[in-house]
Amino acid sequence: MTVPADRDRPSADADEAVIELRDVTFQYRAQSEPTLHGIDLTVRRGEKIAVVGASGSGKSTLLSLLNGLVPHRFGGTLTGSVRVAGAEPAAVPLVRTARHVGTVLQDPSGQFVGLTVAEDIAFSLENQEVPSAQMPERVRAAATAAGIADRLGAAPQDLSGGQKQRVSIAGVLVDEVDVLLFDEPLAMLDPATGREAVELIDALHRERGITIVIVEHRLEDVLHRDVDRIVLMADGRIVADAPPDEIVASGMLERHGIRPPLHVAALACAGAPVTAAQRPANAERIELTETQIAAIRTWVASAGDLGGAPRTAPAGSLEIEGLGCVLGGGDGRGVRALEGVSTRIGRGEMVGILGSNGAGKSTLARVICGFEAATAGVVRLDGIDIAPWPIAERGEHVGFVLQEPGQMISASHIAEEIALGLRARGLDDAEIARRTESVLDVCGLRPFRTWPVSALSHGQKKRLTIAAVLALEPRVLILDEPTAGQDFAHYTEFMDFLAAVNAGGTTVLLITHDMHLALEYTERVLVMAQGRLLADAHPADVLTDADITARADLVTTGLYALARRCGIADPSALVRRFVAADRAARTRPDAPVTSAATGAAPEDTPAADGGAR
Amino acid sequence: MSPAPVLGYVDRPGWLHTVTGTAKLVLVVGAVVGAMIGFDLRYLLALCALSVVAWGVSRVRLRDLAAVLWIILSFMVLNNLLIFAFAPGYGTELFGTRHVLLDGPGRWDVTAEQLYYQLLVTLKYGAVLPSVLLFIATTRPPEFASSLHRIGVPYRVAYAVSLALRYIPDVQREFRTISQAQQARGLDTSSRASIPVRVRNLVSVLLPLLLGSLERIETVSTAMELRGFGRGRGRTWYDLRPLRGRDAAVMLLGVALVIVPAVLLVVDGGRYWNVFAG
Repeated sequence: MTVPADRDRPSADADEAVIELRDVTFQYRAQSEPTLHGIDLTVRRGEKIAVVGASGSGKSTLLSLLNGLVPHRFGGTLTGSVRVAGAEPAAVPLVRTARHVGTVLQDPSGQFVGLTVAEDIAFSLENQEVPSAQMPERVRAAATAAGIADRLGAAPQDLSGGQKQRVSIAGVLVDEVDVLLFDEPLAMLDPATGREAVELIDALHRERGITIVIVEHRLEDVLHRDVDRIVLMADGRIVADAPPDEIVASGMLERHGIRPPLHVAALACAGAPVTAAQRPANAERIELTETQIAAIRTWVASAGDLGGAPRTAPAGSLEIEGLGCVLGGGDGRGVRALEGVSTRIGRGEMVGILGSNGAGKSTLARVICGFEAATAGVVRLDGIDIAPWPIAERGEHVGFVLQEPGQMISASHIAEEIALGLRARGLDDAEIARRTESVLDVCGLRPFRTWPVSALSHGQKKRLTIAAVLALEPRVLILDEPTAGQDFAHYTEFMDFLAAVNAGGTTVLLITHDMHLALEYTERVLVMAQGRLLADAHPADVLTDADITARADLVTTGLYALARRCGIADPSALVRRFVAADRAARTRPDAPVTSAATGAAPEDTPAADGGAR
Repeated sequence: MSPAPVLGYVDRPGWLHTVTGTAKLVLVVGAVVGAMIGFDLRYLLALCALSVVAWGVSRVRLRDLAAVLWIILSFMVLNNLLIFAFAPGYGTELFGTRHVLLDGPGRWDVTAEQLYYQLLVTLKYGAVLPSVLLFIATTRPPEFASSLHRIGVPYRVAYAVSLALRYIPDVQREFRTISQAQQARGLDTSSRASIPVRVRNLVSVLLPLLLGSLERIETVSTAMELRGFGRGRGRTWYDLRPLRGRDAAVMLLGVALVIVPAVLLVVDGGRYWNVFAG
């Protein structure tokens, strides 16, 4: 597509291409087909671009091509020409490229190699044999730029995910790089921290003139700050490379499994789609026409009463009263992870638990499951106080699915994995077979029933862990970040599956910091902050409440801004209208989901790659 | 939030904390090597006395390392029982005399020689282990690697030590999570289950832990390579304090700890100071 000739920000050497790919095709050694086909991409010095695409679109491979990990670490056949910062990454040592191109990997904790923040930032200097005496000054400068200078002495386990990411950024800034590559920088962060990360990246771009490439599928969050171009990838090709306004207005995002910004989707639903000239990338900046504002108002008003009625909670299956939990020893040094949490979850409800990292969401689930001891309050299941129950007994009634499926799977075959828990409970073979068959169907795993676990994709593994827990026939199912790191298509497929499980009568609690998920799939959310329950309401009400979102480190979505811009007094009405329209669209059989079932390519699902080798 | 480590740095600055890691490492190596060479009672007693003094000036409390001390104590007792069970006559063999103190069943007579031998073995524990524990408790982890490197250990090996320390808390936490999740599925690893069941269930915990750790290693090594680890022949260290007078004194002491037993080897005419001779 088009590459903008004129750029907003003038720069002395604006025309110098710092990254240049010409007709690049790459095939991993273990793969039968190329992962990238005929890629042409130019990034000029000082540009900031976002690379988006569904899982398996090749965006991570593209990133590895730029920092030299492909082909130095991940071998394969490379054709075409790649030039980064004046050299060919494939031809020079990895470290030579790394001097100019800093990479911030997805998992901020995995790449933390030092025992303290300062030591980690200094890592590259140490490897270059910079004298010890010169290090503190450079470390401090890099830490200041990344906004982590106040935690130089901290150990990695005492840092939050966002802070670890800042350390990673400082660790590459210490080399005074020209280019920064970010591999899904938002995947592990809660919304507010994610916005801070986007703001930090933007500051580095503006103040230091660093060229930025962000690979991410949470496009709306990336667009919180301007980018020069969006590169849209699908099936190993670049299908669009244009300014964000053009891409957002083009409708191509949806077609390629990327969620467009919500305000754009809402305008489309209201029958008043945007054009590129309206600068639609950012909800605060979009130039709405009178017709569009009118269309939105009519659309919202046409909704009638949408879930506005006071909610009557069904008969309580899970009751929590004054629950408190102190972690890390009772000698007064412990952390109050939960305090005075009371709520009632009715049988068959699907409830979201929202809040930032460290707000106490996971601790709440862990206390319910008996992983942590409650220091105050009671948990009742159908009226029975479960305090005396050991973990195993609670597990029969409350199933907990961890975020990382790798942490739960220990058998090598699907059926074995499902049977593991059943056998441990001493069920007979006939019953085990019956339950296995039943969950295989529910979880859509029947086609893979004879497969080894290692051949499953990430999403399929996640389903398997749910199947193994569902086989125990719990009354309540708790999932920790069920959709973390999944692209829009996989996310939709997976959440529809969970909605079906819920429709089958299982109470579902979703721990998440994804507000879209809460909006689209739940009627009720519990908002937590600093170990306390801050709100218990409809998600549309929570996410349009500036006070609650601020206190819970959530962020209001683009819908909120759109409502304000259209002069709608009650923003939650717009949100409800949108969710209703969105759900209606989803339940249609021709819903524009998928490319999801195709199975992900290796760079996004290491396990599948391992299986292929 | 992280659980207190069983064995780790104790942040309560004392005199030993001010000595550089390198110097303390030399002292510990000296004590370990010295205790390995020397079976002389007087030397071992002196070494034990030194350990006691070191604990005193370190401001590390017994309570800080209680768990490890209990483990060591249990091993010490077990070791003594086993030595007596399998080699009740070893003392006699060593010293060539036999003073029976208690007439036991079969060959298990309690002799003065055997008790003396076992006392020496026990003293070795007392002489060596506290100093190793103290080194760990009074040296900030980042200093480990640089200290190892400075006394001649290749930096890749030294860094591996540092990296292991870095990931111990993560692996501990992961183990706990996995184990709880498996327990919730009914895979009991606590003492309520029978031993074979526990072993089998423990495998179900360790397997995901192992696979997760391998994945983690992959990520870390990628990250380290991207940041230039292993390219150069040498490496500098962020956490490296210059050596001062007290460090030199401590290191000299460490060297002396090796020389003394070497001299005693000659004086005693063997590894043991034979109190039964003459």
